[in-house]
Amino acid sequence: MAVSTRPRQALVLATTLALALSAAACSGDSGDGDSGSTSAECAAFDAYTGNDGTTVSIYSSIRDAEADLLEESWSQFEDCTGITIKYEGSGEFEAQLPVKVDGGNAPDIAFVPQPGLLKRFADAGKLKEASAETKTMAEANYPKEWLDYATVGGKFYGAPFGSNVKSFVWYSPKLFAEKGWKVPTTWDEMMALSDTIAGAGIKPWCAGIESGDATGWPATDWIEDVMLRDAGADVYDQWVEHTIPFNDPKVASAVDRVGKILKDPKYVNGGFGDVKSITSTSFQEAGTPILDNKCAMYRMASFYANQWPEGTKVGEDGDTFAFYLPAVDPAKGKPVLGGGEFTVAFADRPEVQKVQTYLASGEAANTRAKLGNWVSANNKLDIANVENPIDKLAVEILQDKSAVFRFDGSDLMPAAVGAGTFWKGMVDWINGKSTTEVLNQIEGSWPK
Amino acid sequence: MEFEDFAPKLSMLLYGVIAFVVIIGGLLLLLDVVPNYFARRREAALVAASVSTTDGPAPPPSRRLRKPGEGLLGLAFLIPALLLLLIGLVVPAIRTIILSLSNGDSTEFVGLRNYGWIFQENDIIRVLTNTLGWVVLVPLLATGVGLLYAVMVDRARFEAVAKSLIFLPMAISFVGAGIIWKFVYAYRGDGDQIGLLNWLWTTLGGEPQQFLNNAPWNTFLLIVVMVWIQAGFAMVILSAAIKAIPSDIVEAARLDGVTPWQMFWRVTLPSIRPSLIVVVVTITIATLKVFDIVRTMTNGNFDTNVVALEMYNQAFRYQENGQGSALAVFLFILVIPIVIFQIRNLRRQREV
Repeated sequence: MAVSTRPRQALVLATTLALALSAAACSGDSGDGDSGSTSAECAAFDAYTGNDGTTVSIYSSIRDAEADLLEESWSQFEDCTGITIKYEGSGEFEAQLPVKVDGGNAPDIAFVPQPGLLKRFADAGKLKEASAETKTMAEANYPKEWLDYATVGGKFYGAPFGSNVKSFVWYSPKLFAEKGWKVPTTWDEMMALSDTIAGAGIKPWCAGIESGDATGWPATDWIEDVMLRDAGADVYDQWVEHTIPFNDPKVASAVDRVGKILKDPKYVNGGFGDVKSITSTSFQEAGTPILDNKCAMYRMASFYANQWPEGTKVGEDGDTFAFYLPAVDPAKGKPVLGGGEFTVAFADRPEVQKVQTYLASGEAANTRAKLGNWVSANNKLDIANVENPIDKLAVEILQDKSAVFRFDGSDLMPAAVGAGTFWKGMVDWINGKSTTEVLNQIEGSWPK
Repeated sequence: MEFEDFAPKLSMLLYGVIAFVVIIGGLLLLLDVVPNYFARRREAALVAASVSTTDGPAPPPSRRLRKPGEGLLGLAFLIPALLLLLIGLVVPAIRTIILSLSNGDSTEFVGLRNYGWIFQENDIIRVLTNTLGWVVLVPLLATGVGLLYAVMVDRARFEAVAKSLIFLPMAISFVGAGIIWKFVYAYRGDGDQIGLLNWLWTTLGGEPQQFLNNAPWNTFLLIVVMVWIQAGFAMVILSAAIKAIPSDIVEAARLDGVTPWQMFWRVTLPSIRPSLIVVVVTITIATLKVFDIVRTMTNGNFDTNVVALEMYNQAFRYQENGQGSALAVFLFILVIPIVIFQIRNLRRQREV
């Protein structure tokens, strides 16, 4: 029996080997070529040359189509400098990065979207301080409030790259025009408009906070946005840094202000059901009833532009657009809640520092923006390079001098709260628990 | 999209397939070649021995007599297993215990504080009671359903078809099952219900319910998913055990005129007791570790959290290594008595 099968096994083995060899031969063809770019195209990258043949690894949470655009954006940098960028995106970035770093397998550069995580690595001595060139470049291109988030103990660790603006309310310009509603410019106007819309038989608000293992984060964004408006940027900072407790009356006041919208059955949840349905509606689908006029407004970040069904026109004259979530007291400036990723390094080889400097440059921002669907707080970013209208609006807000920018608070808090009990607490809160109970619970979970 | 865009990914895929084929093929080859080699050697040895017995001295009478070097050979075979056990189990277990006595970022020794924390936080106590509910209900229900089914379809028509139907869910991953059942329980406020349960409920005239939001029933609904998967496993093992009951016992009982009821309790159940214990123990351990179902369906929200999920969250999402490790050690301690029970049971069986 064993003897009779042997020729067949040999055949299988031979076939697999042949396949393997031919595949290697195929891919060998595409390996070379394209290294001789013209010098004119490469003039912009002169400052980054001198490390030909080196490799820099980058690790981030950006995947799929967005990751392809990212890689495309720095392909010319690679061609001209000879530095190869090895990019890896992961859906489990936040959980895997500490594992990689603690295991001595850190990437050269990581795009960290949470300043809290950045601080943890910096405190643990894992991060390398940014080079003087990177720092100069970042200081020239980004506002100080952004750089402060990447500065720990007086040391600067890396420039921001992509950004997003969260203080947006999506609506249907068609429906608004048809009913004669005006985009509100103050909080009171917005609440009055909500009543008008409810009076017209349409649920004014949509909401959804389901997001897999991150369920709850859209509600924390709501609270943060309103904290900035209700209590002001200074109190917001104290809240985030835990110099005032989480169950402080000022926080409770902001939460209750959100509750007036999210926990009022008259106002929510168009197209999905009652208040509790918010917890089981995914944030991706939560805004779509706007297209069917089942609800009128949905507070969600700029990146929601990519979530609309194919064929939806996003723009002031389109099917859907967003307005800036108005301030409670416009005299105090224009609070903007947002987020972004910071390009920090775990290695200080010269090529790593060059890539880091390049990522902080206006060149990098404009190249990436031209490929579409991307916003940055980089002030060298030419608004003409930003194609879609919502990204344009976001860049305008980020570059606005009266804007008071604050980073997403849950990304600044310790992970146990910012990615744990705050999210969970908000789910419980929507599901029926009282403001006091939830805030006490979160305060109790703050790491001592 | 041009073909060139896909080409690098396709070649990656090709490499993957080739690597898979080479490794699996190699393993199969190895499995075929190595035993054959030894078989042939033994054959040759036997032939040689039979030849030598005809004219040489008689072989030693006792086969229990050990050849020198056999112990060494045994050790050589044991080393890979021991090494893997050491790397994969013993070292991590010890490290986890050490971590569980340290603070969140493992820089300071904090004694038993993390264990105290398990029993202080309201949230964690909820996690413990939920896990208790799982451990009590899942083995009971899954084994009960599996046993009932095994007895009922035994020697019935279409037995094979009926059994494969209930065994099929075993082939689905916990995550897959979680997603399927999430749709079953899905809720829509107005318009058509997309969830089977809510559709039934509203067709019967009820208001749509958010089943997964309401504690404690939501935990029970998650338990149903686990039972759905595990009942097939229980059924297969128990059905085999029932078939293995010697037919003379069954016939003797029949001649004595037992009722089906008596047959089940007095004959079937005592005969399959060892298999029953194996099934209950296996399902209990699987239940203690349940993670995927809860994570996919509610992510531990709405008071449905369980120990394994909280352990993962604490250690990998909140970066509270101490608390996460303490939960892991606690889970380990919970499993120990079950394992001891199982081992003692196996020993007793061997002695019989």
